[in-house]
Formats: sequence, C-alpha cells, structure tokens
Amino acid sequence: MSTRRTAAYWIAFCAVQALLIAAPLVLPEFWRRFLTEVLIWGLLAMSSDLLIGYTGMISFGHSAFFGLGMYGAAAALLLVSPPNLWLAIGSGLIGAAAVALFVAYFSTRLRDIYFAITTLIFSQIFYVIIFTWTPVTGGENGLIFSRPPLSMPFLFSMRFTSTTLHWFVLAVVTASYLILRRVTQSPFGMVLQSIRENEGRTRAIGYPVERYKIVVVMLSGLFAGLAGVLYAIQNRFAAPDFVYFLISGDTVIFNVMGGIGTLVGPIVGAGAFQLLRELLSRLLGDQFPYLIPLGIVFILIIIFLPQGLLGFARRWLNR
Amino acid sequence: MDAVAQLLQSIPLDQILIQTINGIVTGMILALVASGLTLIFGIMDVVNFAHGELFMLGAYIGVLVLSGTGSFWVALIVATLTVALLGAALQIVTLRPLLGRDPLTTILATFGISLVLQNYALWQFGPVARKIQEPITSHFHLFYLEYPWYRLLIAALSGAIIGGFWLFLKFGKFGIWIRATTQDRVMAQAMGIPVPWVHTATFAIGAGMAAASGVLFGPLVGVNHTMGLDWVLKAFIVVVVGGMGNLGGSILAAIFISLLEAYASIWVSPAQAVIVSFVALILTLLFRPTGLFVPTPK
Amino acid sequence: MSIAANHADPLVLVEDLHAHYGKSHILHGVSLKVARGEVVGLLGRNGVGKSTTLKTIMGLVRASEGKVALEGRCVTGLPAHKLARLGIGYVPEERRIFRLLTVMENLRTGFDRHGVTEARKQALLEKVFAFFPVLAERRHQAGGTLSGGEQQMLAIARAMMLEPKIILLDEPTEGLMPRMVSQIRQIIDSLHRDGVAILLVEQNVPLTLEASGRVYIMEKGSVRHTCAASELAVNDPVIRQYLGV
Repeated sequence: MSTRRTAAYWIAFCAVQALLIAAPLVLPEFWRRFLTEVLIWGLLAMSSDLLIGYTGMISFGHSAFFGLGMYGAAAALLLVSPPNLWLAIGSGLIGAAAVALFVAYFSTRLRDIYFAITTLIFSQIFYVIIFTWTPVTGGENGLIFSRPPLSMPFLFSMRFTSTTLHWFVLAVVTASYLILRRVTQSPFGMVLQSIRENEGRTRAIGYPVERYKIVVVMLSGLFAGLAGVLYAIQNRFAAPDFVYFLISGDTVIFNVMGGIGTLVGPIVGAGAFQLLRELLSRLLGDQFPYLIPLGIVFILIIIFLPQGLLGFARRWLNR
Repeated sequence: MDAVAQLLQSIPLDQILIQTINGIVTGMILALVASGLTLIFGIMDVVNFAHGELFMLGAYIGVLVLSGTGSFWVALIVATLTVALLGAALQIVTLRPLLGRDPLTTILATFGISLVLQNYALWQFGPVARKIQEPITSHFHLFYLEYPWYRLLIAALSGAIIGGFWLFLKFGKFGIWIRATTQDRVMAQAMGIPVPWVHTATFAIGAGMAAASGVLFGPLVGVNHTMGLDWVLKAFIVVVVGGMGNLGGSILAAIFISLLEAYASIWVSPAQAVIVSFVALILTLLFRPTGLFVPTPK
Repeated sequence: MSIAANHADPLVLVEDLHAHYGKSHILHGVSLKVARGEVVGLLGRNGVGKSTTLKTIMGLVRASEGKVALEGRCVTGLPAHKLARLGIGYVPEERRIFRLLTVMENLRTGFDRHGVTEARKQALLEKVFAFFPVLAERRHQAGGTLSGGEQQMLAIARAMMLEPKIILLDEPTEGLMPRMVSQIRQIIDSLHRDGVAILLVEQNVPLTLEASGRVYIMEKGSVRHTCAASELAVNDPVIRQYLGV
C-alpha cells in the first residue's frame, strides 16, 4: 500500500466531505433535499454493493430491507411518545435485521440466479403483506408521522432543520461508508471477494462459505434498513411503494452505473441517476419518460462499460 | 362425525368447481408465459426480466390491430409475430454481446430492457387502461354464474399453442437443434448447429409466446403498462417451482399454483391469495429446490 | 486469407498456436500438420494440452495467437459450427453424446445441413449403420441408455455424419474394456481406408503407435518431438522421457 496513494485517497475523501458539509449552506432548498436524498439512496446502494460487488451475489431484495427499516422506524415514531430518534433507528434496524435473517437463510442454499429471483420474490412477499395488512401498516396509503428531534438524553434536544438533517444524514452515511470500507478491507472482506471469484475453490480451501454469506447478508440488510430509517425521518412517511421490487431494481442500477465493488461508486451512481432524471424532466418536461433514455444508458453501460463509471478507480478506492 | 359433516357442509362445492375452472384457465395462460421463460433459460441461461413487458407489448399491439382491423384473430397473429421479431432484434443487439460474460449481466440487461419497454408503453399509450374486445361474448350457465365461453377458449388455445410447440420440439429439424443445444451447447456447435441463431430463434419464440398470452389474456383485464410486472413475478415463481428449464414442470406448476390461488380466493381477497404462490415457492426452495415436479437427482 | 485449395497443402496446418484458459497459458506455440487421409497421433502426459489443441483447432477454445489452416484456407477464429460444416469432425473426451436424444436424433444433428439430399442422407445413415450395427439395433433408444462403448461408437458415428475430411479423436479408448479397445482400433483403420484423416489424442501408446502413420509428442503446451510411428517402439527412451511416470 503506497503512502502516496493512501494520502491521495484521504485528501480526496476530505475534499468531498468538505463539499458535502458546505453544500446545504449554499444550495437552495430543493437541491438541499435532493442532495440529502442522494446520500440516502447512496447508502442503500452501498449496502447492496456489499453483496453484488464484493461477494458476487445479486440481490433484488434490498427494497425489503429498506422498506422494513422504514416501517420499523415508523412504528417507533408512532407508538412511542414523544418520538425518539434513537428508538426509531433501533426499531428500524431490528425490522431490517429480521428480514435479513430470513433472506440470509435462503442465500446459503441457492446459487446466483435462483438467489436473485428469490430475493425479488421475497421483496414482493413483503410488499403484499404491507399492502394488504391495512390495520397495521396503513395499507396502500402508508403511514404518516412526525420527524423526531435530534436528542441526546439529558443533554439537549433540538428540532432538525433541513440543514442539520442533512448533516446528520451525512454523518450517518459517512460513518457507514467508513465501517463498510473497514469491513471490505479486512480479512473478512478478502474472503468475500474470494467467494465472488470462485466459490467452489473458497469452500475447498476450507472456509465456511455459508457462514460468511449469512453475515454479509445481515450486514447488507442492516445498512439498507438504516437507509430506510433515514428516509422515513427525512420524509415523514412510509409507503408500500418503497418495498416494491422496483426499488431494488433502481438500487441495482445505481450499483452498476456507478461501479460495483467500489462502495463509493454506487453513491455516485445514485447521484448520477437522480441528477440525470432531474435534468431530463426539466429539459424535456414532466411527461417525458426519463426512464427510457436512462434505461438505454444503463444497458449500454452493461455492454460497453461493465465496470461502471468509477470502475476504473476500483483498485485505488479499495486501498 | 358431526364435525366432519359440518366441515363438508361448509365447503362451498359450487365455488370450488368455479374456481377450479378459473384456476385452470389462468393456469394455462401462465403456463404459456412461463414456457417461454423456461425455454429461454433452459437454452441460453438467460433470465429474461423483460418477459412481462413482451407480454404487455403483445397486448397493446393487439389493441391497436384490433381497432384497425376489427378482427381478434388477426390481432393475435400480428402481435405474436411482431413481438417475436422484436425479441429477435433485442437478443441480437443486447444479449449477443454479453455471451460468455457473467450470467449476472444478462439479468441486468433484460431488466434494463424491461424498464425501457415499460416506460415506452406508458409514454405512447398513457396510463389509462385499454380494452381488448373478446371474439366470443357468449356465456353458459355454471351454477349461479354466467360463465364466459371465452375463458374456456383461452385455456384451449393456450393448450394448443403449447402442444404445437411441444410437437415442434419433438419432431422436425429445428426441434432437434433446440433440444441438442439445450443439452450440450458446445457439442451442438461441434455438430454444425448454428447455436447463435438457435438462441435468437428461441428468444423470438419465447417472446412470441408471451405476446400471444398477452393478447389472449387482454380481454380479461385491462391492458396497461404495468400488467407485465405481476405476470413476470408469477411466471418466475412457476419456473422455479416447476424446475428451471423444465418445460413439462413449468406447465404443471403453472396449473398447480393457479389452482391453489383460485381456491384461496374463495376465502381471502385476490390480493392476498397471491401469498399462496409465495408459500409454494418457499416450500419448494426448502425441500425440493430443483423443482417440485422434477424427480430429485440421484 | 482464402486461397483456392491447393492439393499440395496439408489438410490441416497448425502454426504456433497459443491458447489460454482464463489466465492460464495452456498452449505455448503448437505446430503440427495432418495430410489428407493421414492418421496422426498426438501423445503426451496428462495436462500437457493435447485436448486443448483439438479444442482450439475446432474453434471451441479461442486461439490467442497462431494460425489454423484447413486445406490452405485460414480458419483461425471461426466458430465451431462453421468448422464442422467445413469438414472437421470432433469426438471429445467423455464422448458427450446428447443423452436425451435418441441414437437416430443424435445422428441427425449432423446431417441436417444445406444441400444434402434425402438420398445422400439415407446413404450416410446406411454406411454408418454398416460400420456400427449395434447402433442400428438401438436406433430409437435414448443416448443416455447406451453402454460406454456404444456411446463411444455413437460419438464417432455422429461425427461421421458430417462427412468430415478429418476427425479429431480425443481419447476414444478411455474407460473402455479391452475388447472395445480393439474395436476402436478397427474403426480407426476403417475410417482411414475410407480416406478420412484422423488426429488421434490417446493415452494408450501401443494403440497409437499401431494406428498412426506419424506421431507428435507434446510437453508443457508445445510439440517436442515428431517422427514416423514406425521409428518408435513402445519402450523407446523417447517415449519414456515424455510419457514415463
């Protein structure tokens, strides 16, 4: 690991952080919220990258983790008064973890394509349950609740402004990134990548591949759930749409566009996607189906640029 | 004894019979859709996420041709052929370049195609559902219901198409080519079979089958840009439960699952009845992951 | 690079062929040739690249460097199905017949080509059944139900349906009983008499030396020795050097 490269990496990191911290102070309201949402989608995409990029397991089930995180937080915010931020985060994570456990079990028994399809179907199962169990989940209309204050027990309590919320989200996402980066660079992460390269050989060498898979699915699910919690806090509602498998699809798009196996790539992919969507709808009008050109771009990237936008920097980012 | 008698009395036999027929009708259409999907997977190892959209496009083309010519049958044929050609084109342009790469990429590529097609349909046709007029509107009496003949016609036609395809596979030069390619792509090539074209043709056939299902099913529901989504999920469940690549298995699984769902809808709402298929999937994955109707490999 | 077929050219000419499996460099510049109607043996220990050589000639493995020419015409990089139609037949290790197809259907995969008349198809079938009467008896049986020896015969028969100018035979006697081995020997002779060239990869050294006119010996991905089969005895030091344990 050359020190110059590491230094360059951290300088870039700090630069990006500085920009993101300063952003809400200079951007108009709309773009402030836009940026915050990009960070949240980025976290979701990053969690999915753990599975897709590092372990080689394509999952279309992230919408389930995300959605359950969202509803878990909603539950805490609605049931406990006064609404408590940390409780919301906790309960969201528990919700996501429960789903993750379920998916993790099946992940160990299914390979590739079967796993992908099954995760997709699972997210649909949760969608149906949430959609139809109206008394508990609010059904089609979802749940509305209020945003909890940022509070430290006995220390202080203040309402979030859109700026402070942005900083909070930024802090959570950055912390998640650093944690995940640590994980992917640890021996554990190396084994994951070895599983991606050649599962059979990894197992033959003696690694308990199943256990690794369960852990990585749980981790991935937790961070995806965290993203769901953040989304719930930011937008103050939870809706079944977010559990629909299309969200998983979007997530996979962010991953591929940004570059799998880089952790940062998916965040960039999320940003690029949202930005393109916003631009297209401004340039060509609300009615324009922005997903058509975006979809085509996506397909082109898969064919011609399978490494994604940041793929070329993959080794550098993983130092 | 009393309890049994009570239980038997509470079972609504007439409803069961009705739902059996409904289940078989839906099952046959599902079988047609799933056949295309499992064929494509069996031969090319491609999970075609866009299959539902091909179904949807078939229905839309059916709407257009029907309003243009007034004939349901012409609409059916034109839609099938057009979508088959579209399928071939899509395969050549987007899937051939991905040959030999990670199977992951084909899932993503077909997912991308499904997005594009879905939004194209939304753009061109708008969000309001269209209607296809069925060719036969007469009914017959089934208990207290006026049961439409058309539904039985759908089941029969789907069966005929599947049957015809099975015959095509069994006899005829192309049938042998397809079967050989499914079993051993490499040796099929070594025998002079132009495997890339077999792939394209298979994709086209699968697409055509999906389109035909779309037109046939169209009159039962509205034709809408999202109609493909639900079908694709069900079709995937059917394909996994029936055994991926197993044509006979998919057909049996399609009917089996549709029957279960139909029966379930006697007691719960249709939106919840779909849980039945999910349960079937989970059980299959847990106990017979190669497929419910596939003999367990020795 | 297509030149009109020159009868002075060898049937198959392989020049400096390199091939990789992923990152492994398997073939390091293989060169050999097979003349019309010749039976040529390819010997070497396990893993030296004999099968890979056949596969690369057949277009099933991509050549990273080097050239393969058929009747003077450069065919490197052509897909396998085109090579099959140009007259190269391939009988792989493990036979790989289509297990779920009947014997008849297996044979038919080879002769539904352009410009083959019904009459010619019939003649081909009869010839193949004459070579392998057992297959005629079992013609409607599924390939997977045949015994090992019968499957080997089917694999060769199937290749013959292409009316090939050369057959690439990969370890045809592997796993077969001695009686079957001598049958394979006779089949190779019959094919030779019929004018079909054969490139034979085999572990069975005596068989190869008997059946072939010339042999090549490979080691670590390239050809190290070549001579007429008659110049080598089974216990020759050369044989021991390259094939000894």
